[in-house]
Amino acid sequence: MKARTCWEAVCTVDDLVADSGIAVWTEDGPVAVFYLPRRLPALFAISHTDPFSGSNVLARGITGDINGEPVVASPLYKQHFSLRTGVCLEDDSARVKVYPVLLDGDQIRLEVPLAQAASVAA
Amino acid sequence: MREEYTMSKQTLIVIGNGMVGHHFLEQFSQSPAAEAYQVIVFGEEKQLAYDRVHLSEYFSGSSHADLAMGTADWYAEQGIDLHLNEPVTAIDRDNRVVTTPKGAYPYDQLVLATGSYPFVPPIAGNDQSGCFVYRTLDDLDAIQASAKGAKTGVVVGGGLLGLEAANALKSLGLQASVVEFAPRLMPVQLDDQGGALLRQKIEDLGVQVHTEKATTAIAPGENARLRMKFSDESFLETDLIVFSAGIRPQDTLARACGLEVGERGGIVINNQCTTSDPHIHAIGECALWNNFVFGLVAPGYTMARTLSAALNNDTSAAFTGADMSTKLKLLGVDVGSIGDAHAKTPGARNIRFHDEQIGHYRRMVVSQDGKTLLGAILVGDNSHYDTLLQYALNGIELPKNPEALILPESEGGAPALGADALPDTASICSCHNVTKGDICCAIDAGCSDLGGVKAETKASTGCGGCTALLKKVVDSELEKRGVEVCTDLCEHFSYTRQELFHLVKVNGIRTFRGLLEQHGQGDGCDICKPTVGSILATCWNEHILATDHVPLQDTNDTFMANMQKNGTYSIVPRIPGGEITPDKLIVLGEVAKEYDLYTKITGGQRVDLFGATLSQLPEIWEKLIAAGFETGHAYGKSLRTVKSCVGSTWCRYGVQDSVGMAITLEDRYKGLRAPHKVKMAVSGCTRECAEAQSKDFGVIATEKGWNLYVCGNGGMRPRHADLFATDLSDEELIRTIDRVVMFYVRTADRLQRTSVWMENLEGGLEYLKQVVLEDSLGIGEELEQHMADLVGTYQCEWKTAVEDPEKRKRFREFVNAPEQTDPVQQWTSERGQRRPVLESA
Ligand SMILES: Cc1cc2nc3c(=O)[nH]c(=O)nc-3n(C[C@H](O)[C@H](O)[C@H](O)COP(=O)(O)OP(=O)(O)OC[C@H]3O[C@@H](n4cnc5c(N)ncnc54)[C@H](O)[C@@H]3O)c2cc1C
Ligand code: SF4
Ligand code: SF4
Ligand code: FES
Repeated sequence: MKARTCWEAVCTVDDLVADSGIAVWTEDGPVAVFYLPRRLPALFAISHTDPFSGSNVLARGITGDINGEPVVASPLYKQHFSLRTGVCLEDDSARVKVYPVLLDGDQIRLEVPLAQAASVAA
Repeated sequence: MREEYTMSKQTLIVIGNGMVGHHFLEQFSQSPAAEAYQVIVFGEEKQLAYDRVHLSEYFSGSSHADLAMGTADWYAEQGIDLHLNEPVTAIDRDNRVVTTPKGAYPYDQLVLATGSYPFVPPIAGNDQSGCFVYRTLDDLDAIQASAKGAKTGVVVGGGLLGLEAANALKSLGLQASVVEFAPRLMPVQLDDQGGALLRQKIEDLGVQVHTEKATTAIAPGENARLRMKFSDESFLETDLIVFSAGIRPQDTLARACGLEVGERGGIVINNQCTTSDPHIHAIGECALWNNFVFGLVAPGYTMARTLSAALNNDTSAAFTGADMSTKLKLLGVDVGSIGDAHAKTPGARNIRFHDEQIGHYRRMVVSQDGKTLLGAILVGDNSHYDTLLQYALNGIELPKNPEALILPESEGGAPALGADALPDTASICSCHNVTKGDICCAIDAGCSDLGGVKAETKASTGCGGCTALLKKVVDSELEKRGVEVCTDLCEHFSYTRQELFHLVKVNGIRTFRGLLEQHGQGDGCDICKPTVGSILATCWNEHILATDHVPLQDTNDTFMANMQKNGTYSIVPRIPGGEITPDKLIVLGEVAKEYDLYTKITGGQRVDLFGATLSQLPEIWEKLIAAGFETGHAYGKSLRTVKSCVGSTWCRYGVQDSVGMAITLEDRYKGLRAPHKVKMAVSGCTRECAEAQSKDFGVIATEKGWNLYVCGNGGMRPRHADLFATDLSDEELIRTIDRVVMFYVRTADRLQRTSVWMENLEGGLEYLKQVVLEDSLGIGEELEQHMADLVGTYQCEWKTAVEDPEKRKRFREFVNAPEQTDPVQQWTSERGQRRPVLESA
């Protein structure tokens, strides 16, 4: 049974910083949105929470690629997370949640699961 | 206290808890025989075994804990019964019992590791207060106490230890002199020419040298505490005297119980380190092997290993002598002596090189047929030591023109002996007896880098003298096995940091993207981006939040604060030289209170405010800037603080205004981007209260100006800074620091502190001096100009950031929810302040 989701508008193009990340607050908690203008697709969204420290910091990491894989490095303990799959390159038992992301006009939207209360209302 | 010893175990007693005794215990307790013995150790000194070789560092701030070779816990874990401050007073060989003032202890095996004691010449009056020896921590405490209120100090004995003691007196702020009986300094290791050059260099450093002086009496002085009378009727007045006239093996116990001892002292041992009594063994400086006492630590360690093996019934274990070559830095002067330095071998011939201008002397002693190197003497420059030592130790055939080995390179000198040319038996690390063959084995067993080889073989973890050679051998062996020793920065750039710096500078590249497109590949990563960011900052000094640069910075640089474990930040405003007005201090307090920031004083004489959220940072900085604060760059690879003592303004000993100089330096170099963080300090006199010698740049005031020390380090791998230049005026000091800093910034590797940079710099300290003080590369002015440009374009990053609404946008914690707080940041209170809740999961 697929959980119900919605495409939540989280920010606009103006909020993005090229080759870097920003953090947004969603129905599903804190999410990091990255904009890598030279890639196709150029937008990525993963959980903002670093699984190793439990702190909300991933949007503040350095982006780049390792063997072609787009990644962000955790600013605390420097592990790399794939922006496509959320898997940690140093320890594949650790992974962060990945969110589908799309550009709708100048709105950035993320597909997030609907919270309990919201799904009743929907 | 151990209640009882298991009946079935034998007892092994070690007398002496010095360097060699401790090394023996390390070896023995790891061996199978350890199971069969209860070990008891008696030490006369009250401290646990410590590194006597580095004893002098005690005066530059190392404590017993820093010098200690093990811990009481380690002894307890090994089940060793340790009795410190309890000398053994007699050995009863018939009943196999040793006695101490506290009791009697039976043994099955006894090890004497009693070391040696300093010889004090029988001079009338040598026992009055003000006369000392230089061997133990207690000796140093006594010297230090006596140096308070003293002005002058004399060392009797111009050998290796004597010169080291003279340096120590100098570092205590005394006017030091050396009195030597022989016609030259270091008579054992050097010849007349070398001794004369060393003397000249030492006198240049302000230490007076008197040779051919025999002291006949010591009496109370007229203008100082003591007067030394010499056989030629002359005299010298001084406040304190340190005797360093050689050492004698500590064989008192052995003599008293009738063990065989040498004519001039020393407990006679055989190749298995056993004495004339099969139950008693002797190792280290108290032992006499083949009529020879070894006054160095490495042979002692070899004896310790041999004995441990022999007690494990290894019949092949044998001590077969040791090499007495020495390489050291005395008062900052390189001195090296190898093998038969005095050409005593029949038919030996000499090759000498002496450059009086730069003060380098090198002598090679070669065999009659000119094929092998028998010995060598080096003064002023030890860069040829490793190569010469390998030729001598391994009997490698000399090249056709052996003189090339000691000629300066520009005159057709031969390059250093490649690691490849060494035989497998070549000893690379004598402290831990590691040969080239051992290193190859370690690599074949899977070690793939220098760190791995060090951990596996222990090479270069003793005196550290072999570090450079070890690296060469490891690199060359890895290369041979097809492991590419990759110096590439990362997968995006096949260049070193230095090469990238050059590319950026020469081609005028101003963005990361530009550099990547022209010289790299891919998108970059968290290694190359900050590195290039730092290079760009050094070259062009643009604001680090300029749009192109944002994605390059580490989070701390991006948000200009230090991220802590829960994702909040700490804030460190600059407090130049540690000087702060009460009003500014009040502002810090008010801001901290308003935002409930945990407040702590840092080691760099400033105040750290913890627990600010991302979105609070600009508001907080607005307030700090309004009160006149600037960013402290605690987050950057850049100048941190210039620590200072209060100096001549207040301190009764101060000879210069150290605070003023610290503020000048801090204001000059603040904001400068470097390969790693840079710390400085300024002390107002030689008492060195600012601990300048543990900093990247340390400045110590003298009567005439400033002494500059470079490339020191505290932290994980402490390094004592090297004396770089003396008695500089204010302008000279700043010019010299400008040059060294810029040269470091340009040539160091990514994340390389100045200490490691110096250790890897080919030619080392001498080379750096040539580049900076003699301008041998002709880049002095360019370096100064570059620094002047950087100083001229300084801006407080926080000031620029808070004034720019676009930049402030970066500090939104959640861009779409300004009111949302981060739920994982939970707080509790402790000792009256707020702190994060530690995760319970
Ligand atoms: C200032 C200085 C600089 C040096 N620099 C170098 C250098 O650069 N390179 C180098 O190779 N070597 C150097 N040495 C020499 C080196 O320190 C010695 O070779 C080494 O310490 C010898 O170790 P050991 O265990 O034999 O003796 P020690 O380290 O002297 O230990 C002997 C211990 O036995 C104790 N003891 C003696 N009698 C009794 C007893 N009856 N009961 C109980 N305990 C007793 C003593 O108190 C002492 O603690 C230096 C020495 C000094 C003092
Ligand atoms: S170093 Fe500074 S504080 Fe210490 S004694 Fe000298 S002047 Fe005084
Ligand atoms: S010593 Fe360790 S715990 Fe303390 S601040 Fe440094 S890194 Fe953190
Ligand atoms: S020679 Fe002393 S550590 Fe290697």
